[in-house]
Amino acid sequence: MAFRIVANCTNCWACLPLCPHEAIRAATPHFEIDTARCTECAGDYADPQCASICPVEGAIVDSTGQALNPPGSLTGLSPEFLTLPSTP
Amino acid sequence: MEPTSQPMTAGASPALHPCYSEQAHRHFARLHLAVAPACNIQCHYCNRKYDCSNESRPGVVSELLTPEQAAHKALAVGAAIPHLAVVGVAGPGDPLANPERLFATFRELAEKAPDLTLCVSTNGLALPEQVEELVKYHIGHVTITINCIDPDIGARIYPWIFWNHRRIRGRKAAEMLIAQQQKGLEMLIERGVLVKVNSVLIPGINDEHLHEVHRVVKAKGAFLHNIMPLIARPEHGTYYGLAGQVEPTAEQVRALQDACASESGETGMMNHCQQCRADAVGMLGQDRGAEFTLEKVAAMQVDWRAALAKRAAVRATIERRLAMQTQFAKAKSPIPLPARRPAIIAPETLRMAVGSNDGQTIDAHFGHAREFLIFDVSPTGMRLVARRGIDSNYCSGPTTCGDTTTVLASAIEALRDCAVLLCARIGFEPWRPLEDAGIQPNSEHAMEPIVDALLAVYREWCDGGRLETEPALVRSSA
Repeated sequence: MAFRIVANCTNCWACLPLCPHEAIRAATPHFEIDTARCTECAGDYADPQCASICPVEGAIVDSTGQALNPPGSLTGLSPEFLTLPSTP
Repeated sequence: MEPTSQPMTAGASPALHPCYSEQAHRHFARLHLAVAPACNIQCHYCNRKYDCSNESRPGVVSELLTPEQAAHKALAVGAAIPHLAVVGVAGPGDPLANPERLFATFRELAEKAPDLTLCVSTNGLALPEQVEELVKYHIGHVTITINCIDPDIGARIYPWIFWNHRRIRGRKAAEMLIAQQQKGLEMLIERGVLVKVNSVLIPGINDEHLHEVHRVVKAKGAFLHNIMPLIARPEHGTYYGLAGQVEPTAEQVRALQDACASESGETGMMNHCQQCRADAVGMLGQDRGAEFTLEKVAAMQVDWRAALAKRAAVRATIERRLAMQTQFAKAKSPIPLPARRPAIIAPETLRMAVGSNDGQTIDAHFGHAREFLIFDVSPTGMRLVARRGIDSNYCSGPTTCGDTTTVLASAIEALRDCAVLLCARIGFEPWRPLEDAGIQPNSEHAMEPIVDALLAVYREWCDGGRLETEPALVRSSA
């Protein structure tokens, strides 16, 4: 039972100091969760801390690969907006 | 200087801070350190994918710095740019959501560059819990972005906040954020910290409401209120940008700034904001960031003691000059805002054109200048009235020489309301036509600071009685 950080991560550091088990590492190209340490915050907090502050949809997934913050859940933008070219 | 009712804390001196003083921003440089990546809220005008070097707007940076890199960068910039006065942390996230990184940076700077004014710009959510720490580091200037005091409006600007280990959404999130901002504002004022409030003008969402925000923050003692236009384009990938939220026009922004200024008796509105990037370096409106990339800064050896002494000397010179200027201006007001100035020239005013590439000194050759800075100098001070571009350079090389008559004519036309033209050099050929057009060319002040040269020429004109006896030399522009 552990989460994973995937490629959408922008390395913003928000999650790192919040992890109660210091399972997050500032790696490149993106931060990583030590699956041996991650408890999904069970017993520590009502909500998993990394996923509660992460600003990027789809950057953190559970053990089945499901995004904890699915498309549209943080920005309020519906997924069809997100398929628009958005590279500045 | 803007009047204030606020008692000031030790580190609080608007005279040296380019963002807090219209006058200071002409003389002192600032540096933003991108040391604070994390954020504790989401705003609809922000995209957390912040790595872009092609944009110039708040929250955008190219290189994230560790506290060690940030402190070294500040010391390096402070050695290379001796008129550096202010070091701020404005993102790319929220400084107070990164307290360890922020204060580690400030600790080192407090020791090695105690002359530099430190400041932060925050969304306010974590402000109340960090006020004591800010005061401890003599942070005399804090900017809070307050877009609303009504949670229903806030719910349309902030989709969520992270608070007490949970993500809170909607109206409740806005309500908590607003409460923290207002509490933080009050605590800072109580402790004598100068507070600037930034508000993003979002048409159809908070435009009417900002009158109320202005009234409340000024009543609580905010030193400045800075109303800034929303930046929202689809290519930025923000909610507002993609959802088609319109940006305000320059007229809308000015109208609201003017209305708020008149509601609060013309004090404490900021009109010279340049909406700098979170890693900007140099004078306001200027970005020398490319000279101070991580790689370049890492290779710089910095003698911070020598840099400290050099800054002190430069600051003393600038302050002497400013004092002279103040003395010179019997002045009620500081340098007024160019854009609001009616286009009428009083008889005692001398309008001068300046050829300058760096915006500081008279360093441009008349024939090579692409634009001229137009200044009005009067007994009440001096002000930059306009920047006038000319269609093409008068002298752009031998191949275009056939055209010089027309180009010169258009340059003269662009400067027709100026009595004096200051530049580093000017050829023999254009001299006579300029004089004939009533514009006195002058290259005696080549490479001098603009302010000094303008004052010197103005004095000459006053001493020579030319302003009183020949007011016709100063013609009014339409």
